[in-house]
Amino acid sequence: MSKQLRLRVDWAACDGHGLCEQWAPELFTRDEWGFPVVADGPVPDDALEHARAAILACPVLALKLLPYG
Amino acid sequence: MTAAAPPTLHRLLAGTRPDGRPLSLIEHQNQHGVLPAPTRHDAQDLRDALRGAGLRGRGGAGFPAVRKLAAAWEAGKRGLVIANGAEGEPASLKDRTLLGRNPHLVLDGAQLAARATRAREVVVAVHEVGRLPVVVADAIAERRRSDVVPTRVLPVPARYVAGEASALARAAGGGPSLPALHDEPLAVRGPNGRPTVVLNAETLAGIALYLRRGPQWYGEIGTPDEPGSVLVTVRSDRTPALLLELPIGIPLRAALDAATVDTDELQAVLVGGYFGAWLATPAALSTPLSHAGLRQAGGVLGAGIVMALSRDECGLRATAEAVRYLANESAQQCGPCLNGLPAMATALENLASGAPPEGTLERVIALCGLVTGRGLCHHPDGSAALVRSALMVFAEDVIVHLAGDCHRPAGKALNVPVVAR
Repeated sequence: MSKQLRLRVDWAACDGHGLCEQWAPELFTRDEWGFPVVADGPVPDDALEHARAAILACPVLALKLLPYG
Repeated sequence: MTAAAPPTLHRLLAGTRPDGRPLSLIEHQNQHGVLPAPTRHDAQDLRDALRGAGLRGRGGAGFPAVRKLAAAWEAGKRGLVIANGAEGEPASLKDRTLLGRNPHLVLDGAQLAARATRAREVVVAVHEVGRLPVVVADAIAERRRSDVVPTRVLPVPARYVAGEASALARAAGGGPSLPALHDEPLAVRGPNGRPTVVLNAETLAGIALYLRRGPQWYGEIGTPDEPGSVLVTVRSDRTPALLLELPIGIPLRAALDAATVDTDELQAVLVGGYFGAWLATPAALSTPLSHAGLRQAGGVLGAGIVMALSRDECGLRATAEAVRYLANESAQQCGPCLNGLPAMATALENLASGAPPEGTLERVIALCGLVTGRGLCHHPDGSAALVRSALMVFAEDVIVHLAGDCHRPAGKALNVPVVAR
């Protein structure tokens, strides 16, 4: 079984550009100010590809996958 | 009903002067004895001696102190120990009183923690305003020759988040006093890759006492799991703010009695601090003042703060004042906190006003969920926890406010600083 991962947001870097939501809509929504709301729990295996795309798309490099738990 | 007040202990504050002048090194050593000399396997021996001591952090989170020391040791690099005397809780008196009256007991604890991790440096963080930077610097100078680990004082802004562990670690490395992103615990890997152990001033003083006097003496008071004494700040609208040293596990009522608070007049107490929780009285009066006791009752020991709210004060208004203060104290780094906390304060103020617009309660609840877990530090989480506990403990009040009725003032029990902005 592969190790579970979670998405970590660098909240000081994040400016709410919203590209994460575009690249991984199943993992991100946005609050009323445009900042991402990350889905709870570990990233499902079938969403990892989208998560990695969102990480690369973030213009301020605020996203990272870290071990869950 | 007021029982005989329990005597205030004198352990952490033993031999200190009521006028607040600090003990000299000689006076401190006459009171507590000299620091245990380094042994052959000093770091190992000190960590072994602390294992099972049950010493938990007194800054807020109550994390076992020995686990931080072990983590720093296992990280395999020599780092630093930060003594946190920069308490952000405006309601607390304890750390500034302890450091002001006997800086040497805290410095002893910091030396021992540094020796236990083979740290290269001790940094004592205090608010830059007031006399503490000079008191601590003088104390450091007095003991320079006998200290094993070099020590310096770090004055930081007197802001709420400046005392947060990652903000202190950042400031100790020459950065701004703002919370920092850290994907690993600071004790494992802090700024510049250095293991950074941040321990509250009272926690360090406890370590110094424990390692000098041993587990038997230390555990003569307290509970089996949480031995020793605790510094408690008691506030109410009717009594002067008071710092007490009490046995851990003593009922909440005893702390209020010792501070001459009339418990018959109370409706609730806020325990822990602004990141703490409201507990309804009289049910909470028998709750033991310990991590375990307060947790079981839905509260926290936090920074040892007990704020008593009278029946003629409005808990929702008092909470709204505290949340507005916390919103203003945001480091303004993280979007969800920067936007969400002012919105939460406004929604709560609307609710507390007694004339809330449609959907106000729903908005308060939604914002609590929205801000939680979405910041570099726990500032939004702590603020949301306070609001949630207020909604639960003052649930009947919420209904009254929604119906458009409230005539009670916020009162002064929470000692919310007036912020001019």
